[in-house]
Amino acid sequence: MREPLFHVVKRELIDWWKAWLIRLAAVLLALVLSAIVTVIMTGLNPFQVFATIFDGALGTARRTWAFLQGTAILLCISLAVTPAFKMKFWNIGAEGQVLAGAMATATCMIFLGSKVPTLILFIIMVVSAVLAGAVWGLIPAIFKAKWGTNETLFTLMMNYVIMQIISYFVYQWSVPKGSGQIGIINSESHAGWMPALFGQNYLLNILIVVLITAAVYVYLRYSKQGYEISVVGESENTARYIGINVKKVIVRTMVISGALCGLAGFLLVSGTDHTVTRDTAGGQGFTAIMVSWLAKFDPLMMVIAAALIIFLQKGAGEISTQFSLNKSFADILTGIIIFFIIGSEFFINYRLIFRSRHKESKEVAA
Amino acid sequence: MITFLQRAVIMGIPLLFGATGETITEKSGHLNLGIPGILYVGAISGVIGAFFYENSVGAANIVPILAILIPLLCSILGSLLMGLIYSFFTVSLRANQNVTGLALTTFGVGIGNFFGGSLIRLSGADVPSINLTATSNCFKSKLPFVDSMGWFGELFLSYSFLAYLGIIIAVVTAVIMRRTRVGLHLRAVGENPATADAAGIPVEKYKYFSTCIGSVIAGLGGLYYIMDYAYGVWSNNGFGDRGWLAIALVIFTVWKTDLGILGAFLFGGLLIIHNYIPNLGVADQELIKALPYVVTIIVLVIVSARKRRENQPPQSLGLSYFREER
Repeated sequence: MREPLFHVVKRELIDWWKAWLIRLAAVLLALVLSAIVTVIMTGLNPFQVFATIFDGALGTARRTWAFLQGTAILLCISLAVTPAFKMKFWNIGAEGQVLAGAMATATCMIFLGSKVPTLILFIIMVVSAVLAGAVWGLIPAIFKAKWGTNETLFTLMMNYVIMQIISYFVYQWSVPKGSGQIGIINSESHAGWMPALFGQNYLLNILIVVLITAAVYVYLRYSKQGYEISVVGESENTARYIGINVKKVIVRTMVISGALCGLAGFLLVSGTDHTVTRDTAGGQGFTAIMVSWLAKFDPLMMVIAAALIIFLQKGAGEISTQFSLNKSFADILTGIIIFFIIGSEFFINYRLIFRSRHKESKEVAA
Repeated sequence: MITFLQRAVIMGIPLLFGATGETITEKSGHLNLGIPGILYVGAISGVIGAFFYENSVGAANIVPILAILIPLLCSILGSLLMGLIYSFFTVSLRANQNVTGLALTTFGVGIGNFFGGSLIRLSGADVPSINLTATSNCFKSKLPFVDSMGWFGELFLSYSFLAYLGIIIAVVTAVIMRRTRVGLHLRAVGENPATADAAGIPVEKYKYFSTCIGSVIAGLGGLYYIMDYAYGVWSNNGFGDRGWLAIALVIFTVWKTDLGILGAFLFGGLLIIHNYIPNLGVADQELIKALPYVVTIIVLVIVSARKRRENQPPQSLGLSYFREER
């Protein structure tokens, strides 16, 4: 029988620096390919392409702040989905959980905006956003724990249920009546708007996300609950054997995951958009899943991964504006990058052993 | 009433294509969340093909057969490529299926909207918008005697050939799954690849073929949508959430494509029923549009709670298979 050209073998533990070298190489290759695609589309020379991308993301102070803000939001959602993923609970309902939080925040802003003192308003907003996100995550978790209902499909469907609910309320409360949009909430009183810090609108947002990053890092790394999550993720049977209440861990972790998503929704409405639509999350719930996975569920690496994705999106946005191309150009580039990093994981986990002609011929000779 | 049913069928056909494709893929144990992206790519590839054909010969003198074949082939090629990307990553490279699928959706929707929005600029053509009415008319050509057959003709015979193709594919798929050796092997691969492998079934080959065939079928749904439903006029994000709805339909019909035909029409009806309920406010319409998803969730819960073995998802759905790791 003919031996195949190569076969695949699972690697033993690889040095961390080698793993990151492979990932870095993948990112560089992806950037080269993205540049080639861009050159074909626009006729720019490759260096101009990168200059434009850089300019689009960080060219002015305003753009830099927008970049930091975008990174913070994506990072926050990525952090939110991470505990669930570590548990191998495929929560792809982050989009919906963010929207639930956003909706709750907007509701508070509309109805309580001018009626309660600022501090109390903010407490109510945060609490209700967190609760809404948590509930939206809790529902699939309960069914998963009770009957093993497939969580990937369940959470996916929940996204569109909340989108329609938001559309419903947007029509109900639209300003002016019947226009189909809520518009900027409290545009005069600014009630419920995240206050600017040192003159920067986004700074408080970013600081909050920095705190969340640290908290999630500590929670996953050093807390007992974080440990339980890892065990359940590695093997449910082991977890049960050592006396972990798997159902409890599943439900608890999804509540945390949903709550953090809800908080991201709060940041989006109170700190960024000051309005709510069914597109408030803008697909970031899905992008966050990829970010979390690319970073190997490590909160610190997630900062880099989120920044990379946002950097590309802002940069590609600039390219498409300058060449009057469609904005979706950014999505194509994001797709390319993610494909390359996904591909690189293979070379980290497995290695190829090529058929060696040399040895065979020796054996024949002997 | 007749118009409502007819519109429901037209709305349902793209979902049927998507769901049939996804079912075939899922039966091999691969949850392809890239279906929404594949629908876009299937549509835009067809549009690109038709666009260049119409522009090169002029809309007035296109040959109907070519006007159908060129977009059809382009569409098949486009979605085949997407299927190959997905199966290369998940089968050969054993990447995480959810992440790969979501990336494929981002990528595919991006490609669709990008070329849909920039095709005219990129090709330097002298037209204001992508409007392929001529090609669309070829796709929509019906049987000549339909109009003389009253409500019967309108309800059963008034659709374009792609619609019937979709139904035929769904029925054939169901028969293959249940009655043939190939179907049995495919199901075995999806339930337990290690056992299938031990029984001598070429697991990777089955996974590749089912994913690629599945995405080609799904891509046809995109083509149908653009050429028939949308009269050949491309609009960005025109599909909305239909790709996800197709995945919902797979669950709703408990992985049976023949049930999928009825399910697709039901979902199609739910999508447009708000137009036919009198005195319905705009806001209430939005709530009614959530129905397909709510119904899917209920089915998902019931199926998992009853634990009937023939209604369960394929057992190794979402898991990559590596022969040396058991």
